[in-house]
Amino acid sequence: MKYLFAEGIHNMYTHGFMSFAAVCVTVACFIIIGSFSMIVYNLGLFVSDMEHQNRIHAFIDESYDTSAAKSVGSQINLVDNVLEAKFISREEAGERFIDQQGGGNAFEGVTAETFRDRFEITLEDNAKMDETVQALGAIKGVAEVKALPELAKGFLTIQRAFNIASVVIIVVLLVVSLFMISNTIKLAMYDRKEEIGIMKMLGATNRFIRFPYFVEGFLIGVISAGLAFLLEWGLYDFLAEKITQSQNLQLFNLVPFREVVIPMVFAFGATGLLVGMFGSVMSIRKFLDV
Amino acid sequence: MIDFRNVTKIYDTGNHALNGVSLHIDDGEFVFLVGPSGSGKSTIIKLLTAELMPSSGSIQVNGYQIESIKKSQIPDLRRTVGVIFQDFRLIENKTVFDNVAFGMRIVGASAKQIKERVDYVLDLVGLENRGRRFPHELSGGEQQRVAIARSLVNNPNMIIADEPTGNLDPQRSYEIMMLLERANALGTTVMIVTHEQELVNRFTKRVIAIANGKVINDGMDGYYLNESD
Repeated sequence: MKYLFAEGIHNMYTHGFMSFAAVCVTVACFIIIGSFSMIVYNLGLFVSDMEHQNRIHAFIDESYDTSAAKSVGSQINLVDNVLEAKFISREEAGERFIDQQGGGNAFEGVTAETFRDRFEITLEDNAKMDETVQALGAIKGVAEVKALPELAKGFLTIQRAFNIASVVIIVVLLVVSLFMISNTIKLAMYDRKEEIGIMKMLGATNRFIRFPYFVEGFLIGVISAGLAFLLEWGLYDFLAEKITQSQNLQLFNLVPFREVVIPMVFAFGATGLLVGMFGSVMSIRKFLDV
Repeated sequence: MIDFRNVTKIYDTGNHALNGVSLHIDDGEFVFLVGPSGSGKSTIIKLLTAELMPSSGSIQVNGYQIESIKKSQIPDLRRTVGVIFQDFRLIENKTVFDNVAFGMRIVGASAKQIKERVDYVLDLVGLENRGRRFPHELSGGEQQRVAIARSLVNNPNMIIADEPTGNLDPQRSYEIMMLLERANALGTTVMIVTHEQELVNRFTKRVIAIANGKVINDGMDGYYLNESD
């Protein structure tokens, strides 16, 4: 076993150029997929954030005083699909309204009594907006519920289309990358056709021949994944900094790479190992039939 | 032991490589298999190592029945047969020592056993100081001696040498033949496939002549017979 491990490492060294080519192609493919995945992740968060800004307002009966109005909040929080319910007093609502209208003397006569106490409600899932609005309307003390279901549906449609497009593009990129990586490994293995033929003629079993290639593929996979991960990190941080510095792109707030380090390590590592080990073992299969 | 009974081999292209060949070689024999190019010699070697299957007839090699051998048994069969090729077929990125040791590593020999045995066979073929060299650093004759050492390392029942002197000058050819004769004297069956008439005639051994896929002569007189003879 020790010999077979050593052979795998030795093979990688002695077929240095082909190993280098396999690592380069794998790294390039990983960076393309990794970058696209990060773009998709950030856009997904952006759309989700926009969606959550589409809040429902539950207006409290005018006859309730502030403390009674606040107490309705406990009933609201019990409704399914309510993520957060923030109480806004009639005074606060009045100030907000005047601010939104640009302030000024025109609103001097407008008092807090003109407005109603209300709850600003964020939903967990905007797809269930209609049912939630009905449930909120049935609560004692809630005089009226205002929502924009069309806007919510619009966001839902955008998010669904975006999710489908992302999955399709990532799958296509993955298939293209696997094809490229497998072809590069095949090319590297073709270099060994003669060597494998000799081993077979000397009585080596397929398992004995495969194992060093398995080790070699494992190393190529790990090295490629490691390099790709570090390059991806550097590239992402560089772009994130540029976006932060840009006046026009400040709307997009990229998630710091540190927040996704663990899932990215697993994704790069697992894909690297699978591609490296199975790529090399599958590639030598036809040469073993001697 | 080799036993061919009425063996025919027809390739997918329709080429009749062997037509009803029957021959028997006992353990410990030294045999030349001779014939012109395309006569079917290489097909016989491929059949002996189960690289090819016969179209009809039966073949027994060292107790293995080739026409019904399981895939999992092929490595075991090949370990009983040491094959030496005209083009040596050494692994270029391995040292002489590692090329020879490979056969023992396949069977799981310990590092100590490998060291002792490889040193012994390298000494036997006169390459005791060449263990750390790579094949491309050796002459043709030396590379062929590495191939012989590799074929001997696992004490095989039989050595099949395919044109072992094809790339060598007469002096080196003679030395290689002496090495193979020495292996035979130690009890190994040796079958040398060649079309070098002079070399065959120099040794008084059994000669099986083949032409157009048929055995045309099988004699102990030690002479290479052409089709015209």
